[in-house]
Amino acid sequence: MRDEGTSMNKRILVILPHPDDEAFGIAGTLAKAIREGAKVTYACLTLGEMGRNMGFPPFANRITLPAIRKLELEESCRAIGIQDLRMLGFHDKTIEFEDQDALDARIDGLLKELHPDLVITFYPGYAVHPDHDATGAAVVRTIRRLPPEDRPVVHCVAFAKDTVQALGHADIVNDVGDFLRQKMASIGAHKSQFQVAEWLGTNKPKEKELRERFGTERFWTYRFE
Amino acid sequence: MQPIHPEQVQQRIDALKGQDLYIHLEMTTGAYAAHHDNTKHPAATFVTNATIRYLHGSIAGNGPYRVGLKMLNGWLYSEGLTHWEETDSERLIMAGHDSQGKLVVALHLSRRPF
Repeated sequence: MRDEGTSMNKRILVILPHPDDEAFGIAGTLAKAIREGAKVTYACLTLGEMGRNMGFPPFANRITLPAIRKLELEESCRAIGIQDLRMLGFHDKTIEFEDQDALDARIDGLLKELHPDLVITFYPGYAVHPDHDATGAAVVRTIRRLPPEDRPVVHCVAFAKDTVQALGHADIVNDVGDFLRQKMASIGAHKSQFQVAEWLGTNKPKEKELRERFGTERFWTYRFE
Repeated sequence: MQPIHPEQVQQRIDALKGQDLYIHLEMTTGAYAAHHDNTKHPAATFVTNATIRYLHGSIAGNGPYRVGLKMLNGWLYSEGLTHWEETDSERLIMAGHDSQGKLVVALHLSRRPF
């Protein structure tokens, strides 16, 4: 295992399939790390072209959605402070059917270029959406091929109903209560996907409620052995 | 997207008949259907940029609408359409959105690939 490094010069590589995958589970952790000096690269595999949400009332369609979601993703990254966004150009819903060698090669290229201390992705098999599971599987598969001493630490997001039963409780629990402004701005950037005002209700929620609902982010460290 | 105006959609269907067209045809319950409610059966299907040619076609119903396109050797059918893109004069862009605005069904026709 590589040393996680001090936050001052920590390099974090985030690999997720959809614009908005960063918003609920990771945005606060990234904002906090960036405040502490980390450099973050976010590799987003698709543009979420097949998303069902088109705004309410719908303002997008299948044809306009990719361009809209690209702008939303860029806005979310600005809100979090992410310095480097890569859009890898895969198609939504197809990650599990992609040529595995080609997919792994893209991920391996990022690892070789960036030498991250930490990689954040989805936990394969415990991330509900087939694209999430396939992305996590590709990341884990590619990192496993590295010599153990060259492997970055891998923190995984998991939210399948049987996660705790199968994997135990998350070993990384981040309090991101001081970074809710960035996190809510990240969520709010994805206007076609989330009607933030609607679920927060007409009354502006109190700081305490927001902290309870959004103030903790959990990760499972992937064990390669 | 605007609520479907059936007469205008019919005019567009008529204008596109008898020629090779690219289609996007899709139906989905959403990838999270079973995660949110385990009695639900998640299903989704789509085809993009297959080509068809229809001899005649029409829109039916009072909303949500149905569209049927009769091809030389078969049919294309889609139910549940609620919205269309009236500003797109070249293509016919239709979709069905549920009460929360989520896409359930889509039928797009175009002379050029999507």
